[in-house]
Amino acid sequence: MIEISKLNAWFDDNHVLKDVDISVPENGSFGLVGESGSGKSTVLRTITGLVDDWEGTITVKGNQLGPKRDKDFYRLVQMVFQDPFGSLHPRHTIDRILTEPVNIHGLGNSDARVVEALKQVGLDNAFRFRYPHQLSGGQRQRVAIARALILEPKVLLLDEPTSALDVSIQAEVLNLLGRLRRDLGLTYIMVSHDLAVVAHMCDDIAIMNHGRIVERATAEQLAEGTLEHPYSQQLYKAAGGYDRAVVDTFVDWD
Amino acid sequence: MTTETLLTVQDLEVTFNTPKGKVHAVRGVSFDLGRERLGIVGESGSGKSQTGRAILGLTAANGSISASKMKFHDVDLANLTPKQWRKVRGARISMIMQDPKYSLNPVMTIGNQIIEAYREHHKVNTKEARHRAIEMLEAVKIRDPQRVFDSYPHEVSGGMGQRVMIAMMLIPDPELIIADEPTSALDVTVQLQVMAILDDLVRDRGMALIFISHDLHLVSSFCDRVLVMYQGLVVEELRASELHNAKHPYTKGLLNCLPKMNGNHDDLPILEREASWAEG
Ligand SMILES: Nc1ncnc2c1ncn2[C@@H]1O[C@H](COP(=O)(O)OP(=O)(O)OP(=O)(O)O)[C@@H](O)[C@H]1O
Ligand SMILES: Nc1ncnc2c1ncn2[C@@H]1O[C@H](COP(=O)(O)OP(=O)(O)OP(=O)(O)O)[C@@H](O)[C@H]1O
Ligand SMILES: [Mg+2]
Ligand SMILES: [Mg+2]
Repeated sequence: MIEISKLNAWFDDNHVLKDVDISVPENGSFGLVGESGSGKSTVLRTITGLVDDWEGTITVKGNQLGPKRDKDFYRLVQMVFQDPFGSLHPRHTIDRILTEPVNIHGLGNSDARVVEALKQVGLDNAFRFRYPHQLSGGQRQRVAIARALILEPKVLLLDEPTSALDVSIQAEVLNLLGRLRRDLGLTYIMVSHDLAVVAHMCDDIAIMNHGRIVERATAEQLAEGTLEHPYSQQLYKAAGGYDRAVVDTFVDWD
Repeated sequence: MTTETLLTVQDLEVTFNTPKGKVHAVRGVSFDLGRERLGIVGESGSGKSQTGRAILGLTAANGSISASKMKFHDVDLANLTPKQWRKVRGARISMIMQDPKYSLNPVMTIGNQIIEAYREHHKVNTKEARHRAIEMLEAVKIRDPQRVFDSYPHEVSGGMGQRVMIAMMLIPDPELIIADEPTSALDVTVQLQVMAILDDLVRDRGMALIFISHDLHLVSSFCDRVLVMYQGLVVEELRASELHNAKHPYTKGLLNCLPKMNGNHDDLPILEREASWAEG
């Protein structure tokens, strides 16, 4: 479904993606983990057309992407952004935020779609006429997921989709994402800093550091901690919780 | 940790007026805080952030707060003038906000914002403030501090933005830090490194820390004590190391919801809420 090869990206002269290769079969779920600033979001943002300066090839459902994305692309591929506050218009009601993409794509039936999307993410209808700042962090993230789902895409690019959520809603959202993938045949690329989330949700995982994929693993390998690269091992240790002595052994990998 | 009390909160209530009626966000929260690491966990909307914001007088305009007691040392936080707030907020009590990019000024470079934060409470020249700012960026493990110093908030990654916020809050050397999901956008290694910085401030400088998080593993491995919140109430208080032995079905339910590192893709258990938990 998604084939990315030799992807490089730059912000001015900052070379942030270096020869990134990713391949995700239809209905697959690919996990990206790694250092903060290593380029995980940039991979997703490049696919959705939010990064100008890139080289390499990106193919989605057999179509190689050029510099611009058209409307059809966004019916096929939707992204849930990392920062739900920044990505929701502060002066629009939730209703308007959800209705807008339906209208832009001329899908009609927006009322029923909004009700359905809110239901899918477990938000009560009472939230419909609130503004983003009147919601808790977790409630806002569910709105962001609802907005992506409302166009019934085939590919979801999920940038830390549950990192702003408490664990009970995270469980519901992860189950929801799992169910949507099974029922609708969706394909995911999911960025998360939570190794357990990625092990739970994804089949194949890539570990990024400094713009490069330093290691690939299956969910099983990740679960067993059989990782080779020293950065991956450090990441695995860190997932075990806070331990002052372990923190002191951490080093920067260049 | 010592038994000296820095902060006392008794019967804190926070209520919002909305077009759909009143939202009772915090309902009678009480706790004492010493020079320790207190965790507040609980599901989304349970009132964790609003508890933290009320302590700093940062409740939104459509909200009102009441408390039978809210004291920081001998300062009565319930009755401060704006001028008195300026001496407390940022200087003696700081809050690391949940939405870092939203709290940073989008049209000012990160470096200038840190300098501004520092000079608000310290009379130093620009050169020294600049030096301190770079030092703080290094302290929060930003690898390329000079570049980040000259960047605007939209030019840095989510995790970097969060660390910048932490640097800004630490620079005035406060006695109490309220950290609202301070590390949720960070990768796990940096997360722990940032927590080690906070940990050292508690151990070495006797700082007190309120750590708001939905990461139960992190809180139980990091904090001394935990408050578990549900619908504005504290339903359970326990030693952090005893979190896995929690008694309240809500706390147990939250622990059960966590995905495990076994690569198993089955559905996760869902929290079944009971009406009785919300009765104060
Ligand atoms: N719009 C932008 N302009 C300039 N530089 C940028 C921009 N967006 C990202 N960067 C830089 O690109 C690099 C990769 O950032 P990216 O957001 O992809 O990291 P990430 O892996 O998603 O990190 P995090 O886990 O912290 O979200 C970082 O050095 C960041 O500062
Ligand atoms: N300005 C506001 N007007 C109306 N309701 C509000 C306002 N701000 C917050 N609330 C409500 O107060 C309740 C508590 O919110 P709070 O931000 O404290 O939750 P939280 O526990 O921090 O959740 P999260 O983990 O999602 O950040 C929520 O139901 C929220 O919708
Ligand atoms: Mg990111
Ligand atoms: Mg909050």
